[in-house]
Amino acid sequence: MTTFLGLPGGLSHARRDTGHLEGTERFPAAAHTALADTPLRANIGNATRTIRTKRAAVVAEVEDWEALREAGRAIKQDAMAQLPELLLQLEEQVTARGGVVHWARDAAEANAIVARLVLAAGANEVVKVKSMATQEIGLNEALAEQGITAWETDLAELIVQLGHDSPSHILVPAIHRNRTQIRDIFRREMPGVDPTLTDDPHALAMAARSYLRAKFLTAKVAVSGANFGIAETGTLVVVESEGNGRMCLTLPQTLITVMGIEKVLPTFRDLEVFLQLLPRSSTGERMNPYTSLWTGVTPGDGPQAFHLILLDNGRTATLADDVGRSTLHCIRCSACLNVCPVYERTGGHAYGSVYPGPIGAILSPQLTGITGGSDPNDSLPYASSLCGACYDVCPVKIDIPSILVHLRAEHVEAHAAAHALPSAEAIAMAAAAWAMSTPKRWAAAQSASRSGRLLGRSRGTIGALPPPLSAWTNSRDLPRPPAQTFRQWWAKEHR
Amino acid sequence: MKVALFVTCLADTLYPAVGRATVTLLERLGHEVLFPADQTCCGQMHINTGYQKQAVGLVRNHVKVFEPYDAIVAPSGSCVGSVRHQHGNVARRAGEETLAQQAESVASRTYELSEFLIDVLGVEDVGAVFPHRVTYHPTCHSLRLLKVGDKPLRLLRNVAGIDLVELLDADQCCGFGGTFALKNADTSAAMLADKLTNVLGTGAGVCTAGDSSCLMHIGGGLSRLQTETRTLHLAEILASTDGSVEERS
Repeated sequence: MTTFLGLPGGLSHARRDTGHLEGTERFPAAAHTALADTPLRANIGNATRTIRTKRAAVVAEVEDWEALREAGRAIKQDAMAQLPELLLQLEEQVTARGGVVHWARDAAEANAIVARLVLAAGANEVVKVKSMATQEIGLNEALAEQGITAWETDLAELIVQLGHDSPSHILVPAIHRNRTQIRDIFRREMPGVDPTLTDDPHALAMAARSYLRAKFLTAKVAVSGANFGIAETGTLVVVESEGNGRMCLTLPQTLITVMGIEKVLPTFRDLEVFLQLLPRSSTGERMNPYTSLWTGVTPGDGPQAFHLILLDNGRTATLADDVGRSTLHCIRCSACLNVCPVYERTGGHAYGSVYPGPIGAILSPQLTGITGGSDPNDSLPYASSLCGACYDVCPVKIDIPSILVHLRAEHVEAHAAAHALPSAEAIAMAAAAWAMSTPKRWAAAQSASRSGRLLGRSRGTIGALPPPLSAWTNSRDLPRPPAQTFRQWWAKEHR
Repeated sequence: MKVALFVTCLADTLYPAVGRATVTLLERLGHEVLFPADQTCCGQMHINTGYQKQAVGLVRNHVKVFEPYDAIVAPSGSCVGSVRHQHGNVARRAGEETLAQQAESVASRTYELSEFLIDVLGVEDVGAVFPHRVTYHPTCHSLRLLKVGDKPLRLLRNVAGIDLVELLDADQCCGFGGTFALKNADTSAAMLADKLTNVLGTGAGVCTAGDSSCLMHIGGGLSRLQTETRTLHLAEILASTDGSVEERS
């Protein structure tokens, strides 16, 4: 099925040559490298454990948490069902209140619009509010090509930017760094920093504060993302902890907001649900310190020019899939990352995309499109043991495990359609399905598998097998097949 | 009560003692166990690896075999999870609505062992004796798909002589995940390493769980480390009345 959104052009995925939605290596290879990095595993293990413990405590104290989750899911499902109408309403309301709305099909279009607006404002630098959408489209690099410098003002994004690094977590982009590493980055990269700076968290925050304050006071243009956009009133919302976002949203003359089209909510009242769900799920706080809401332009107060860029970049293609579309309900809280045993061990960079963890494993390949080939994003739906911890904590009840399984089928079927010869795995799976589809064949296959008894060592286990089963026996033994199967025992001895 | 045993392909082929223990336990509790011989596999490995089309035949066979029974019991949270949460979707994706409805009907009569004992039979003390130190690993699918909660622990606490010790980070996945263990072997092994550390930290001689697949993974790791700690399925402990379990051969 297709969904018409009133956007120019038809359904399309995010272009693979723009933006930061795909890495260069498939997940198993990238994970192999990450797993060998012991300090990385320690940093991420400590941080995710801390956040998930805090989250569990503040969620447990909300008596109607399950009802809130259900409300969040229902509002998002309703919004996605009427997305074209809501986006037009949002455009109408923002325009009526003095803002200008732009539509961007993909990363390249969005980046070009931002660059044009910055140059038109007579600026060659911008201050930025932490934003996943602008990370997704690779805005900083695109602006640099136009001679525009983007300053990240979120502390963790600043650490990432100064370290010439990339984010590894949706909420805590520098989660892979410990404070000693951060001190070293600041000493090395921050102009005018005290060379005796220590790794005391307060000292680090103060160094960033004095560095950023000058940027806030001189920048003419700010760029932000948006957590929510209210169709009813044209109000945009940014939820943050540090107040640096508030500085960007209020001090410069021009504000440019890049918002994924799925961030639209029907009514102002809907915020009631999400402003409860989001902070508890993301930072483990009852309420976040700063929630900024703005509606168009207010004469004499705050930015006097406001531009809203509505970004597709693969979202309409995602919406067209009736199983995968609930991925668009995501409010970027990152609770799923913090409980994921895979993310905890590999960190975010292994996923390649700016969206790591369980949500990234379903969002990134849907935005870029599953090709059935050997693209890195085609490996992401397999980067999960399907343990289900992500689904349990998702504040909008996205059934991530089921979507992972669905995307695996999409990948297998796309592969079969694109290749004349089936893969070795497809042949093995077809053979197994054939053998298991009737009891006679199954009994015969079991007899054959018992030849594995010959491999059994005296301890009754099998310790080494050739590829692909060596992937198992490299770190685990296999039991030696028993002398008789259950069904043989039942047939002989039980009746 | 007549109970159809859905033994699972893994227990049938590699862990027949788990099937035999399930039979022993249910018969001891006074129930008649039937083994529909035409059963093969629920298709979960195919479904979770992306081969949903190839799994339709397996779903069809499963539905045909178990359709006649009022109560179907499996010693596996994962296989019951697949029957309950995947079979209908797989059939529907293939455009087979009738099969989907039949599958959902079979699913509504299918129980994981601890669910069946507590929810259907209303038994918490099955009369087992097992005087050993045991730790329990709640498998992901029994915990999160089936929501069995503390039912397996309630059964274990009623076993005479048992020294049940809590497992640190018990609800963390062991890293098995079916073909995940092969496709992402390094990550899987890293998850297993932490699970093994926690299991060995309990000082238990036995690590138990409700799924032979996860136990194959944990047991394979314990065996590789050449430890004395072994894995036993929940059914094997609950079937024991003299503290011993049937040796695997």
